[in-house]
Amino acid sequence: MLFSCIARPSGSASALLLAPWFLPADASAHGPALDHHLLLNLWIALALLALAHVILLLGLILRRHSEAVSLKRIEYLPLTALAILFSFLTIKAERLWAATRYTGASLTALQIEVTGVQFAWYFRYPGTDATFGITHPQLVAPGEGNPLGLDPTDPHSADDVISSELVLPANHEIDLRLNAQDVIHGFSIPGLRLKQNAVPGQIIHVHFTPTVPGTYAILCTQLCGLGHYRMNATLRVVTPDEFTAWQTAHQKESTP
Amino acid sequence: MTPKPNHPTPQPDKRSTPHSLLPIPYSLVSRLTDHRTIGIQYLILALVSVIIGALLSLLMRIHLVWPTWPLWFHGPILPEDYLALVTIHGTIMLFFVLTTAPQAGFSNLILPAQIGAHSMAFPILNAASFWLTALALLTLLSSTFVPGGSAISGWTAYPPLSAVPSAGPGQGAGMDLWLISIALFAIASTASSINTLTTIIRHRCPGMTWERLPLTVWGWFTAALLSIIAFSVLLAAILLLLCDRHAGTSFFLPTGDLINGIIHKGGDGSPLLWLHLFWFFGHPEVYIAILPGLGLTSMLLANFSHRKVFAYRTMIVTTLLIGFLGILLWGHHMFVAGLNPFASSAFSISTMAIALPASAKVLGWLATIWRSRPQYTTAMLFALGFVSLFITGGLTGPILAQPILDQYLHNTFFVVAHFHLIMAMAGVFALYAATYYWFPLITATHQHPGRLLSEPLGRLHFWCTLIGAYAVFLPMHLTGLAGEPRHYSQLTGIPGPGGALSPTGQLLAHTIPLNLHITYAAIFLVTAQLVFLFNLFQSARKGRLAPSNPWQATTLEWLPVLNPFPPIPASDKAEITVLRAPCHYSSIHIGDTFLPQWVQQTVQPSIDDTTNAKPE
Repeated sequence: MLFSCIARPSGSASALLLAPWFLPADASAHGPALDHHLLLNLWIALALLALAHVILLLGLILRRHSEAVSLKRIEYLPLTALAILFSFLTIKAERLWAATRYTGASLTALQIEVTGVQFAWYFRYPGTDATFGITHPQLVAPGEGNPLGLDPTDPHSADDVISSELVLPANHEIDLRLNAQDVIHGFSIPGLRLKQNAVPGQIIHVHFTPTVPGTYAILCTQLCGLGHYRMNATLRVVTPDEFTAWQTAHQKESTP
Repeated sequence: MTPKPNHPTPQPDKRSTPHSLLPIPYSLVSRLTDHRTIGIQYLILALVSVIIGALLSLLMRIHLVWPTWPLWFHGPILPEDYLALVTIHGTIMLFFVLTTAPQAGFSNLILPAQIGAHSMAFPILNAASFWLTALALLTLLSSTFVPGGSAISGWTAYPPLSAVPSAGPGQGAGMDLWLISIALFAIASTASSINTLTTIIRHRCPGMTWERLPLTVWGWFTAALLSIIAFSVLLAAILLLLCDRHAGTSFFLPTGDLINGIIHKGGDGSPLLWLHLFWFFGHPEVYIAILPGLGLTSMLLANFSHRKVFAYRTMIVTTLLIGFLGILLWGHHMFVAGLNPFASSAFSISTMAIALPASAKVLGWLATIWRSRPQYTTAMLFALGFVSLFITGGLTGPILAQPILDQYLHNTFFVVAHFHLIMAMAGVFALYAATYYWFPLITATHQHPGRLLSEPLGRLHFWCTLIGAYAVFLPMHLTGLAGEPRHYSQLTGIPGPGGALSPTGQLLAHTIPLNLHITYAAIFLVTAQLVFLFNLFQSARKGRLAPSNPWQATTLEWLPVLNPFPPIPASDKAEITVLRAPCHYSSIHIGDTFLPQWVQQTVQPSIDDTTNAKPE
């Protein structure tokens, strides 16, 4: 069967199966299940496309025959089959959706704040006190090194690390809190099969676990103005040791 | 002597005196409020719009693969120019082509006749709707010439980008004009829909029961119902947004929103409110665009297969079901917009549900043409093309209806491919089918019968358009799966950390070869439409004169008394009575017998004069 061969994508086998559909390699814990479901959907769509067109063309080519009458055979039977198929896909998709979205991140997840601004992404790590400092829009001054409007009088803000590059440890759950300063932005990491809009006035959480070290594209996928096309950043997934080293280095920078 | 517009003495019916159409006010008024004139005006407006919209899309395609190519009289296309192209292309195509042409153009031309009425219910309101639509189009196009240019926030105009003038070039005067244009359009569409609904409900001729209504009329009816619901909500949303822009309200702006150094200090609104209001309009809108096409396709397949429409009553029910479900699934545009994840699940189920009535329609079409050896007129070819595109574009619908998959595919070219195939291409194929089919009714005057479009040119046009449509939009699925986002004005040389060597640069660069192919295909597709334009202008003047019922149709629009030619004095107008459902064909051989809705006798020989069109 076609589908059984993509049932357990792993390693190079999965890369081979992704290749004809142009999907980038996947590097998140929820990704393989999502890819598997996506490929299943694509193959089903392709099969139905071929089937419908074969019926269409055969119907045109074959000799004229008295017209069809059996509503049950032509309408209800295929519709029931399609209803079962679509229900199966919906339920499977809902389970995957529920697994990633219905519950929040675990308490041990690494908290990072993502802020979308025309036309850049900023990533804020809460530092050793594990608490984000307060920000005020009045204090925003990118030219003076305070792009998020961090309040210097708040004791929690001193150890916050703000970066233009997202650095994450592999195999550790991440809890992102997304927000936008000006207009709606779309936070997207295709390699991690992740997309969520950042909406001004709202904090939206997404959680996931990156698995494969490497560099990945971060895009803006919601039209946000003339620089939309260049609102990108880089995600670096590193080993836990490298991550600790990166964090200490930046911690020292921000607290001289 | 100049008679007043409301001349007290009754004027002779203009049909009885076809040569006395002097440009005096009375005849001008009666002509401007004539539903056929208004229908043709709408079609001309849509034709102008579609030419502009198609050229804009070509500019986008060219810019994407040859970013340094300078536009004549303009220079290089800047990012804000590209986004203005996106915005105007989407707005013009969706509102002024896909809504206007089927729902206002062809419905004015054909609908009254199909139900045995001599006119629309409210002729003056009808004319007012058209001129308001024309004013809306002019307002939209004029935004190109204001400081800052046209709006750059796409046809969906998400705030705060659309709510604050400092958010970008084009978001000042350009955005205001965009909002005013769409507000005018919404008013015109609502009025026009009230007219359509009243006409269908009140002006059916004796015998035209609901079950005997042609499926095209059911399409127009359902689309008009949706229009009233959807456009009134859009109008309200636009007024709220205009208040946010100019009256200091905060419906869509959160407190502390900081755009270009300006902080919003007013109340605490939510951008998501706009998304709800907009998509409550926006999703029914795409069904408004396609429902008349669904009805027409059913009728044409039956007509040229010389068959009944398979499961006529199911077709009516599925049309209404698509309309009803169409207002329950706007949230599938918002799976990753910050909606509650439980709401996404609910919208996912309602979206999946609409796949069933849509599939029922496809099954009905396949059954109608199954082993029918149909007559391949150009109109039939475009109807078959519609079926193919509707299947191809429709099958990706259930994929995008699953939130977990949308989490990857949202706002990629996969979505662009999906809606261009099912809405834009299928919609345009229905319009072409309608044009080739009804051209004799469009071109008929009191002096001569209508003309036929050239069939050989029509077939050439069909094959080029079908191949072009697939060549453009099938590869977009793949670039979308590769991760290419929509609304990117550049795919190469992206500034940023690492430039082309950055992960983003590499991701986008992977799509360049396919994008190059898509651009070549788009140039081919648009060029192929010149065949149609040539055919249109050539045949309108010199085309073969059509017999009174060239396609052996069974619906009332082909009844001579309902058409300008031959002119029939008002006194001779016998009351029209409908005796049966449409598509009454004998099922033995092609073209043997058919029985129009208005004919008394049981069997009528189909080829009764030598001029009968036999396009084979």
